[in-house]
Amino acid sequence: MSDTSLTIRRFSDLANPSRFLALSARLLPWLCCLTALLFAVGLFFAVTSAGDYQQGETVRIMYVHVPSAWLAMMIYGVMSVSALGTLVWRHPLADVAARAAMPIGAAFTGLALVTGSLWGKPMWGAWWVWDARLTSFFILFLMYAGLIALNRALEDPARAARLSAILILLGFVNIPIIKFSVDWWNTLHQPASVLRLGGSAIDAEFLRPLLLMAAAFTCLFFCLHLAAMRNEILRRRVAVLRRQSARSAALNGPAA
Amino acid sequence: MNFAAPHIGFVLASYGAALVVVFGLILWVVLDGRARRADIRALEAAGIRRRSDRRPESGSAPDARP
Amino acid sequence: MRRLFLRDLALAFRAGGGGLTGLLFFLAVVAIVPFGIGPDLKLLARIGPSILWIGALLAALLGLDRLFQAEREDGTLDLLLMQETPLVLIVLVKCLAHWAASGLTLALSVPFLGLLLNLDAPAIGATMLTLACGTPALTLIGAGAAAVTVALPRGGLLVSVLVLPLAIPVLIFGVSATQGALEAPASFLPPFLILLALNLLFAVLGPLAAAAALRSLED
Repeated sequence: MSDTSLTIRRFSDLANPSRFLALSARLLPWLCCLTALLFAVGLFFAVTSAGDYQQGETVRIMYVHVPSAWLAMMIYGVMSVSALGTLVWRHPLADVAARAAMPIGAAFTGLALVTGSLWGKPMWGAWWVWDARLTSFFILFLMYAGLIALNRALEDPARAARLSAILILLGFVNIPIIKFSVDWWNTLHQPASVLRLGGSAIDAEFLRPLLLMAAAFTCLFFCLHLAAMRNEILRRRVAVLRRQSARSAALNGPAA
Repeated sequence: MNFAAPHIGFVLASYGAALVVVFGLILWVVLDGRARRADIRALEAAGIRRRSDRRPESGSAPDARP
Repeated sequence: MRRLFLRDLALAFRAGGGGLTGLLFFLAVVAIVPFGIGPDLKLLARIGPSILWIGALLAALLGLDRLFQAEREDGTLDLLLMQETPLVLIVLVKCLAHWAASGLTLALSVPFLGLLLNLDAPAIGATMLTLACGTPALTLIGAGAAAVTVALPRGGLLVSVLVLPLAIPVLIFGVSATQGALEAPASFLPPFLILLALNLLFAVLGPLAAAAALRSLED
């Protein structure tokens, strides 16, 4: 009982944007250092590890492709939690978090698509195949783009927050259905399976850099997200101050 | 890493794309933050500041709670 | 409720309504496809059901932005929001009226368009059936996006962009049910049942999202 109320207090402590700014200012340098360290180690292993006997050097694309694909999905999860926070708890930072995550998510989805395509050309002989996984990622990218477009079109931040939260959740419920239907469609049209790495039976030689790079990308996202949230809070402050100054100027008359 | 491998161009291109995206995001975040802080400073120089901090040295981040 | 349904239906078929325009758009899309891919009758017969489905999807999207916008402009929306009946139900009824004006008329026009695409009777029947059963889902999921963009001056294009990714499952199962009915190895019933299940799911999700979005416009 007291434990939960303490957590709730912690959580609502974070709801004060000023306190969030102070806290994130202290956290951010450490997180950036951790990210740089993880990237250094991860890239070292990614470059020095042995190539696959079958895929050769192209297996190294996996070390940037898989982490960005993982991030693309995780960021949508973060946005969905934030959307719940906006709609259910009306947490004032939740919509800041959702809005700051959108461009980052779109960028990593795009990166996953580009690197996947660069991997597919030597492996499958085509830049793009209508494989179930690629197609679902393409749809995910479209959903990110739609959300960004909606956010750019709406001017009032409070209204934009509520509406995009609804849309994020609508998309979140639909993602499994889209995934399932694309799988169905793929087996209908493409009975031949494409070359793919054999499930979870990945050798430790590949797993080590993959996990390190995944950790590095995840830390990178949290750094970027924190910084983008800070920027978003400052942007809203500027907007409020501008409105205040305009109002006081209007009240004091043109002479003021 | 073997730079004479047959598909090395694709590997380098994908690492390059990752580099561009990551640095683009970092640049966007940093420049955006700088622009916003400049906005706040400009508004404060014009004598407009938030009701909650009327102190003159509020350009820096509000003091952290112990 | 019934009066709301009839009112919306009457408005849709009046001069400025979207019902007939959507039908004309469907006709135009189907008419330009042979110009794009050539007048080969065999090819047209093979891909005809898919063309009809894509055309119907686009035509159904076209009228979606008007679902709540006219009501918002003339203030009827505020009256609807103040009703005692739950907003979710009102949205559902409006969706049904919109579907009857767009999806149903599209499905009914398939026999004529099917002849243009050299479809035989079973293909026409299967396309009609799957379209009639698949377009409600399109309207229902579109209602959510239409409500989200209702406050925007030019929301129409945005509605299409937002709805298209969510409409992909409907298209996939609609087309695969149609093909399942026509070609022997593929099965008809599983995709058709999933299509019906999608209808039911979106009948819950779409009005819920739309009602939440419309409510959030008010405060």
